[in-house]
Amino acid sequence: MADPVVRSRLRAVDLFAEATAGVVQRPGRSALTVLGTVLGIGAFVAILGLTSTAGGQIDRRFTTLSATEVTVTDVGVPASPDDTASSFPANAAERVRALNGVVNAGVWWPVPVRQPRITAAPPAAADSLAQTSGLSFHAADPGALEAMHPVVTSGRLFDDFHASRGEHVAVLGAAAAARLGVTRLDAAPAVFVEGLSYTVIGVFDDIQRHPELLLSVIVPTSTALTDYGPPLDPRASMLIETRVGAADLIAKQAPLALRPDAPGRFKISAPADPRTLRGDIAGDLNVLFLLLAAISLVIGAVGIANTTLVAVLERSGEIGLRRSLGARRRHVAAQFLTESTALGTLGGLMGTSIGVAVVVSVALSHQWTAVLNPWTALPAPLVGSAVGLLAGLYPALRASWIEPVEALRR
Amino acid sequence: MISLRGIAVTYPGPPPVHALRSVDLDLDSGQHVAIVGPSGSGKSTLLNVLGLLDRPTAGVYQIDGTDVSRLPESDRTGIRGSRIGFVFQAFHLMPYRTAWENVAVAQLYRGVPARARRAAAAAALDLVGLSHRRDALPTTLSGGERQRVAIARALVNRPALMLCDEPTGNLDSANAAAVLDLLDGLRSEGLTIVVITHDAVVAARAQRTLAIHDGVLSEAVSHG
Ligand SMILES: Nc1ncnc2c1ncn2[C@@H]1O[C@H](COP(=O)(O)OP(=O)(O)O)[C@@H](O)[C@H]1O
Ligand SMILES: [Mg+2]
Repeated sequence: MADPVVRSRLRAVDLFAEATAGVVQRPGRSALTVLGTVLGIGAFVAILGLTSTAGGQIDRRFTTLSATEVTVTDVGVPASPDDTASSFPANAAERVRALNGVVNAGVWWPVPVRQPRITAAPPAAADSLAQTSGLSFHAADPGALEAMHPVVTSGRLFDDFHASRGEHVAVLGAAAAARLGVTRLDAAPAVFVEGLSYTVIGVFDDIQRHPELLLSVIVPTSTALTDYGPPLDPRASMLIETRVGAADLIAKQAPLALRPDAPGRFKISAPADPRTLRGDIAGDLNVLFLLLAAISLVIGAVGIANTTLVAVLERSGEIGLRRSLGARRRHVAAQFLTESTALGTLGGLMGTSIGVAVVVSVALSHQWTAVLNPWTALPAPLVGSAVGLLAGLYPALRASWIEPVEALRR
Repeated sequence: MISLRGIAVTYPGPPPVHALRSVDLDLDSGQHVAIVGPSGSGKSTLLNVLGLLDRPTAGVYQIDGTDVSRLPESDRTGIRGSRIGFVFQAFHLMPYRTAWENVAVAQLYRGVPARARRAAAAAALDLVGLSHRRDALPTTLSGGERQRVAIARALVNRPALMLCDEPTGNLDSANAAAVLDLLDGLRSEGLTIVVITHDAVVAARAQRTLAIHDGVLSEAVSHG
């Protein structure tokens, strides 16, 4: 032959165009073929997206309130139930407030009177008056009250000055004030608990921590100690508001600061580490669902492999023709491999879109912020490509084995 | 241009089938040759050897002086794609691709860019008188039109040798005559054409007719 032999070659763009034509020429079949991959990838993206969205939700709740709250409960000495003395020292609030990272701290307890009779007038005059059952009666340090973040609508909270003098003053929750008929404070109204009178100096109508106190009459701890003695059942507890991020440290330091001699008399509850909490949710839910998603991906791969193999057998005439037109075995293999990869990519793209749509609509319906890690969403279509590539390996090999002479014989 | 010496093809058995036995053949450029013979005589086997789709078990096959029966497969594939055109009885058109796409696929493996492929396909379809059906799918074409698309596909690379296996076997006589006229016209442009046929009318169109019987090739009647 005069001219040197021209070897066959297939340009990448042409390979891609041929594969795309193979996918597009049977749209219905292609859609059915990629169904499993769509479901698998969609499930992966939705599960990971919903997990991170719910996780973000937990994070947000934690940063606002719980993450800055430490509760120290007096548990006494379990071994000797006769030891009824309060575990908190008299200057408990002062000691804890000295710790770096504490914003507010104070002891509080339900005053130990069974079903206190709380009235708006002296008992003699008010026997049949205001129905006041259902109200509670609490003692609190000024610091504990501050840490609960009440929104004072009239008057003021009591302070260290009131407390140090054991004054008979009270702060009312809005619901308690309404029941007692206390509307204005300029006349210095009083409430009567078991006949003892307390001057109402403030009313709050919202409180961020312990909202049950909206139904309560709250007096300084020193006053309650004088009038009713130390709390026994339940014992007192201390509410500590910390700066963000300091809660864990304060939880460790508080018992020692309160009672270096007997830190074991306290039980501490600090906020759970949001990361562990999120890990728990991820752990419980995801293993199951990710397994299901993996199974549907495998089914998807089998679907693509099956269709591609059927296409190879159906199109053996076309394969023989291409070989007669100068296609090498590797060109035929590359074409079917590219076709199955294109199918997988298509399934991956559709699955990712569906998964993202599910995450966004679930988030919207819960008024959450959708959180989708780009490292989950962006590579998801590529996972589809990998599935298609793997699924196409055997059919492509089979296609390249086809002998043109056999394929062209009718 | 083409020379076969002692070409034999034996399919391993058991029992072994001697599809071709020591075939000698010389073809000059621009010759139109018909090969006739009963079914199973070895016509398709000979065509496959000529078209480099099959390797002979013995003998020497030279194209323009090169022994192509000894070349590596990749070289044989390259020669097949660039120098040889095939026309099949069953057309072998891709059913979901348009006429021009079916023609253009012949240049796919030669690295011709898409735009140039499209232009060459249009020219080839023009040559077979089908420019008006360029965008038609094969399923909407008549048998004769389909075979003309297949001939355009065989021509688009300007091959030296065109091999046709029963090209009119699936066509009625009117369509067959149109296809044969087309092949006659191509010969005058220097293309070597080998046609396998059962049909005496088809054979009569050729300059030279060879008969094959049990794998043995012999010269039959010579026309002008
Ligand atoms: N792959 C094969 N294996 C075994 N025998 C074959 C094969 N291909 C063809 N043959 C045999 O070789 C002989 C010639 O076949 P073929 O060239 O197709 O004949 P024709 O095209 O003239 O009908 C036949 O006897 C056929 O059965
Ligand atoms: Mg035959």
